[in-house]
Amino acid sequence: MKSLLNAWSWLFLVLILGFFEIYARMETGQTFLFRIYNIQSISVAASQILLLSLGLTLVVVAGHIDLSIAFSTGLAAVVMALVIRIIGPESGWLVVILAMAAGLLSAVIVGLVNGWLVAQLNGPSFIGTLGTFGIARGVALIVAGGATVSIRSEEARSFGNGEILGIPVPVLLALVLAAACHFILTYTKFGVHTYALGANRASVERAGVDVKKHLVMLFVISAITAGVGGLVYTGRFSAGAANASEPILLYAVAAVFIGGASLTGGQGTVIGTVIGAFIIAVIQFGLVFSGLPPYWQFVAVGLVIIVAVLVDQSRDKLTGKLS
Amino acid sequence: MTAILTATGLKKRFGGIEAVKDVNFEVHPGECVVLAGDNGAGKSTIIKMISGVYQPTEGTVTFDGETLTGKSPEAVRRSGIETIYQDLALADNLDAGLNLYLGREKMTKVLGIPVLDRKAMRNAAVEVLKSLGIVVPDPTAPVRDMSGGQRQAIAIARAIHWQAKLVILDEPTAALGVPEQREVMALIERLKKKGVAIILISHNLPDIFAAADRIIVLARGVIGGERRPSETNDEEIVRLMMGATL
Repeated sequence: MKSLLNAWSWLFLVLILGFFEIYARMETGQTFLFRIYNIQSISVAASQILLLSLGLTLVVVAGHIDLSIAFSTGLAAVVMALVIRIIGPESGWLVVILAMAAGLLSAVIVGLVNGWLVAQLNGPSFIGTLGTFGIARGVALIVAGGATVSIRSEEARSFGNGEILGIPVPVLLALVLAAACHFILTYTKFGVHTYALGANRASVERAGVDVKKHLVMLFVISAITAGVGGLVYTGRFSAGAANASEPILLYAVAAVFIGGASLTGGQGTVIGTVIGAFIIAVIQFGLVFSGLPPYWQFVAVGLVIIVAVLVDQSRDKLTGKLS
Repeated sequence: MTAILTATGLKKRFGGIEAVKDVNFEVHPGECVVLAGDNGAGKSTIIKMISGVYQPTEGTVTFDGETLTGKSPEAVRRSGIETIYQDLALADNLDAGLNLYLGREKMTKVLGIPVLDRKAMRNAAVEVLKSLGIVVPDPTAPVRDMSGGQRQAIAIARAIHWQAKLVILDEPTAALGVPEQREVMALIERLKKKGVAIILISHNLPDIFAAADRIIVLARGVIGGERRPSETNDEEIVRLMMGATL
């Protein structure tokens, strides 16, 4: 019973895939799921969400939230584009790699500030990261001069749009980072302490774990995955924009909670978040594919979030009764 | 038998208030000493001075031949004193094994990569709990699924597993039902048989008489009296708690 309830997100993903498959066959006589193009599009959309929500999953498991991810993404995107523009794209991969390093570094700084705020000032992460959210957004807009920083770099373009063995590079990156985050959360001491921290801060403190350092590391990990999202954005669109991920911030947060995490902390898995991101991506792409006005995706994702919360609540009640 | 813990002239001042004034006592291996007293009598302040949370204003604590005064809680713990607070400080979402090893996790290697050895930790937890007479129905279940007594057992198992020579229990039965209170009393008996010294903080008279080898009654920061359970009764202990020194 318990495992069935934990598996509801899998079931839900299968259900909506089935729904769109049947709909597509009835309406157009074509398959929805079994086309490489569709699978690639869904995966790319999912990986955009995932790059924001992977590190966030760890933060949420520890009982915190990171609202600044969307703008660490924007900052990393703008910094990468600016470095390429200043040095000039002629130096090829060298400049792109340098630019990516600079972009990632800018995101890490946001993460360090977040971690420091939450750990040192012992403040609520919702407020702290809301502050850094504003600051990172402002800084990104200032360095970008309020505009989108476009670049002409073939190497950056191929980083954002290339494929390896038929898998788009952004998807590959998201998968590698998902595997890394899953490993951290499931197989390392750091992961166990993250779960314990989410359940009961005193348990890790009395066990001699440096909780402040742990919190800083969590927010840095969150900033790194979000920063990689920014690099991918600049590569895909040959431009860095401060508000690169603003539209998908809500989706990134939603993916974590649809995947089984709880606002109170101590719960959630990376695999759950991956499924959550795919559920949202399938809804996004499926609605466009079905020819419905794309704005319905906001309504649909909103409904899924509410369902996720309801399932989470009833799961707590049910397992409470079962034990 | 020589004492494992000796507190000499302990004094603690908070601003103008003297919470503990000149407290002296000893604890021997395998002995359960109860610190009894009303709220504000100084029980918690004394154990915090032993566990390193507070530093005494005056006086020293020696344990197993070394001076504890000035050491951090972490260092005190490493020298063999485990303090179990009322809230137990368990991570409810983790299983018994991970709780037993929290902060000192056991690792193994898979393809040369160090990973958590959940199975070994779980097995160790089952073993230690069995030695305390507790059978865990499902070792993979998170500890929030367990009873209050079983959860207390996990906290105590942590002390045994890491070979604590002295266990400090702060009001261990306060939040428990009657059957679970008995379970905890039985756990204390088993700990004593293992040669572990115990300091029990309590103001519950039945608990005090059931567990104690010696009762030290505190009233307003001083020791009001010291009795063996066989030499005293409820009435006298209550009188001492109220501050009537004899």
